[in-house]
Amino acid sequence: MSRSEPAASSEPLLALENVEVLYDDVILVLRGLSLRVEPGSIATLLGSNGAGKTTTLKAISGLLEVEDGAVTDGAIRFDGHEIQGLAADRIVRRGIFQVVEGRRVFEHLTVRENLIAGAYTRRDRGRLAEDMDAVYEYFPRLAERSAQAAGYLSGGEQQMLALGRALMARPRLLLLDEPSLGLAPLLVEGIFEIIRRINEESGTTILLVEQNARIALSIADFGYVMEGGRIVLEGTADELRGNEDVREFYLGLGEVGRRSYRDVKHYRRRKRWLS
Amino acid sequence: MDAFLQLTVSGLSTGMIYALAAVGFVVIYKASDVINFAQGDLLLFGTYLIFFGIVQLGLPWTLGVLLTLVLAAGLGLLVERTVLRPLVGEPIISMIMVTIGLSSVLRALANALWGAQPRTFPSFLPSGEVRIGTAVVGADRLIAIPLALVLLGALALFFRRSRDGVAMRAIADDQLAALSMGISIPRVFAVAWALAAVTAAVGGMMLGSIVGVSQSVAVVGLRVFPVVILGGLDSIGGAVLGGAIIGLLEVYTGAYIGHGLNLIVPYILLIVVLMIRPYGLFGKEIIERV
Repeated sequence: MSRSEPAASSEPLLALENVEVLYDDVILVLRGLSLRVEPGSIATLLGSNGAGKTTTLKAISGLLEVEDGAVTDGAIRFDGHEIQGLAADRIVRRGIFQVVEGRRVFEHLTVRENLIAGAYTRRDRGRLAEDMDAVYEYFPRLAERSAQAAGYLSGGEQQMLALGRALMARPRLLLLDEPSLGLAPLLVEGIFEIIRRINEESGTTILLVEQNARIALSIADFGYVMEGGRIVLEGTADELRGNEDVREFYLGLGEVGRRSYRDVKHYRRRKRWLS
Repeated sequence: MDAFLQLTVSGLSTGMIYALAAVGFVVIYKASDVINFAQGDLLLFGTYLIFFGIVQLGLPWTLGVLLTLVLAAGLGLLVERTVLRPLVGEPIISMIMVTIGLSSVLRALANALWGAQPRTFPSFLPSGEVRIGTAVVGADRLIAIPLALVLLGALALFFRRSRDGVAMRAIADDQLAALSMGISIPRVFAVAWALAAVTAAVGGMMLGSIVGVSQSVAVVGLRVFPVVILGGLDSIGGAVLGGAIIGLLEVYTGAYIGHGLNLIVPYILLIVVLMIRPYGLFGKEIIERV
């Protein structure tokens, strides 16, 4: 296990410092968000709908620009270099690859062609066949269906393809947005097992956004909890699993029984003030 | 029977020229959903550029063809950069409307540069006649068919195998996902316009070689619409088959039914196709998972 505990002294692969994101010049979505991802680790970003998790990933990958969003303050450092404001294709070339929410495979392209598209920015094109084999080894189902249009794959297979497509780019940092979305529990287990293997076997650093806190914390080294556009809680996966608030609001393991929605709102407001 | 064979060769060669024009149209549509009303004018530029190279500069035909291809690619890139690029992100209808303006500008430009009177240039396609059985067909028309087919085949391969070809289709499918893998949309649009201009120029050169150089060549561009509606807006194979069908239909109608009717029969077919199969013979179906 390559569990690297975040220590203040080590150089993080990715660091966000007081990042502020505005949509359409007026809507403030991230309000001074800071987080770090250590090289070789899996970090997870938890939080409810609308907390700003996807926006955080898009700010890193440069996809924010498409939606009229922009990083207006703070810094995003990848491998020591500031990357905020770079175009998405430049960021991919530096080694960051975002698997966007909802799989988004190219439906009319075959599985094979989807993988070729994933390798778009690669320079060492001679090694594509080798990498394609590696993807097929992770996901034998894709090998069986390599000549089929991706639109006809099942939801689970499409998620596999979305991951495989990302692997073809050989990223140093993989940003995953809700890989469990819309999948049956058994499939989710399988997908997360592969994510863990990718991290272990190729050393790819992963930042994982998930609604399903239980499974995310089961493979992550470190976790952040977001509310209202900033981090309200952070710690190792073990610490977060033991944290009472997390148990109650994200893992559904509260010991005081069910709470009303009003209490939840109260909790959020309190957290916002505290942070 | 001889007449029929002659007509068939003539119809197919015209059809392949239509296909070359149509395929450029398809390429732009596939990459950017833009319907390019200036496709016929790209064809026109092909004929004038080869005239420019061979007659005005006095180049041998090989160099003339090469120069035409290079200049056409340059024209495609220039048009994309100056006219289309600033509109990326605007509603697609704006981009479509701008191609109508572009069409007028290109035609006027050709008029200003080369004048309105018809011109000719020494054909680079083999002249003379070929006997097939008892029929006699022009060698230039005959050779145009395999020439166009080879080019169209290469293009189809480009879309299946090459990095930029796959990227183009990826963008057509899902722009955000394509962006997320580092595919540069401006670059792909530029490649699409260059390709469209080059294929149109090849069609234009063949046309100019067979029928001469004049502004009326642009009218041939209008045939692109029945061809792509019949074949499917986003299908290269469809463009080839659509081109062949329209080309044959025109000559057969002209010869057997009535001269003059051949000019409108493609558009009658267009209306019929739109009524019964609006996405064409090979158009992209909407994939639905159940």
